[in-house]
Amino acid sequence: MTTAARVIPCLDVDAGRVVKGVNFVDLVDAGDPVELAARYDLEGADELVFLDITASSDQRDTIVDVVRRTAEEVMIPFMIGGGIRSVDDARRLLRAGADKTSINTAAVKRPELIAEISAEFGAQCTVVSIDARRSTDAHAPKSGFEVYTHGGRTRTGIDALEWAAECERLGAGEIMLTSMDRDGTRDGFDIEMTKAVNAVIGVPLIASGGVGGLDHLAEGVLDGGADAVLAASIFHFGEYSVAEAKAHMASRGVTVRPV
Amino acid sequence: MSSEARPPLLAVLDYGIGNLRSAQKGLQKAGADAQLTADLDLIAAADAVVLPGVGAFGRCMEELHSTGLASVAIEAADSGRPFLGICVGMQLMCAGSEESPGMPGLGIFDVPVELLPPGLKRPQMQWNPVTATGPSVLLDGLDGDWFYFVHSYAVAPNPDIVGVCDYGGPVSAVIERGNVMATQFHPEKSGAAGLRLLQNFVAHVASSVPEGAA
Repeated sequence: MTTAARVIPCLDVDAGRVVKGVNFVDLVDAGDPVELAARYDLEGADELVFLDITASSDQRDTIVDVVRRTAEEVMIPFMIGGGIRSVDDARRLLRAGADKTSINTAAVKRPELIAEISAEFGAQCTVVSIDARRSTDAHAPKSGFEVYTHGGRTRTGIDALEWAAECERLGAGEIMLTSMDRDGTRDGFDIEMTKAVNAVIGVPLIASGGVGGLDHLAEGVLDGGADAVLAASIFHFGEYSVAEAKAHMASRGVTVRPV
Repeated sequence: MSSEARPPLLAVLDYGIGNLRSAQKGLQKAGADAQLTADLDLIAAADAVVLPGVGAFGRCMEELHSTGLASVAIEAADSGRPFLGICVGMQLMCAGSEESPGMPGLGIFDVPVELLPPGLKRPQMQWNPVTATGPSVLLDGLDGDWFYFVHSYAVAPNPDIVGVCDYGGPVSAVIERGNVMATQFHPEKSGAAGLRLLQNFVAHVASSVPEGAA
């Protein structure tokens, strides 16, 4: 045994409560983030991701409280993404008990932020989240996979492969790649894109966006080469447990930590 | 033996880096009175000392020196009191690291820290089963259990290693020499197995507290 894939439930958190955006329109309240985190810990989740989508600035601190309470409840690693624009933002979350911070739009705007967070807290705390889509028009970057920001709304013209390699060079310890074409579709990961990004980096890759069934999780690892697979809705509404997901992955030949 | 009188007091050295709170929380869950502290009196009074660590080796050593805790950690390890290093804490206890050439470590173990071999992803960022390779306080009842690793460097093989994981070959996971011990993985982030390991340490501390100390 040398490598084992991680299964990571992702919780979207708005003002301290868990929501899951279905195509970014219909938000359904699925409960208390700390309770969900504890449940996923028990079910055998290897790690958790909280994506803070709180828009109003006066409620920003709600995520720090979620982090503090989660760190008291669960004994597995967890990452916070969303709204981190500075070393101080990252410090606040890490001091509260988060293990990793992920940056996305802020890193595209100012790539040095990756180096700053990495130098201050280490590469293992520094995850860059890349939202990408397939582009085919005249402005498409070379690989055909283009980085988007602002939740998948804004084109950047940046090649996702070049950006992933640059993030690693600047000190990212992990890349989280979300296909914005697949996110919310339940059609499975964009395997081709996952594979292409994985081929240009030496740090771990989390595949994200599109999981609608357990085969998708196995395929992210077996076909996409991802080191970890992230999913949200299939877990939140009790469709599948993390334990079922891992059992299925194991049956497909993926090494996972047994539950 | 005083373990029934009060939980063992553990000083978790706070030298101002990253997420040290999780180590404290984990040790509290394991039954200890764990205090995140840089207070020299409290550290001197503690039944055991814990050295957590995250981030770069050189940065951690700089902070240990600037807070005065480097010499405190060395003395604590020499004192015979139980001492636990976690993750980069384990690496800091060694002579030095390939990560930060020219920056000496605490030298509690006179061995180097080396970059993980090429071929697999670095950092190793995953759960990995740990095999006991010798008698171990920490791994008691846990041989073959899975723990969470996040690291690009590891302690070079040496006779004090009592547990390894396989990541492109054997990687040092647990080191023990008398009361001085450390793990490369994060027990405080390793679920039930990690809690059990911390309980093993806390029980060891309780049994090491001198008669009538409480």
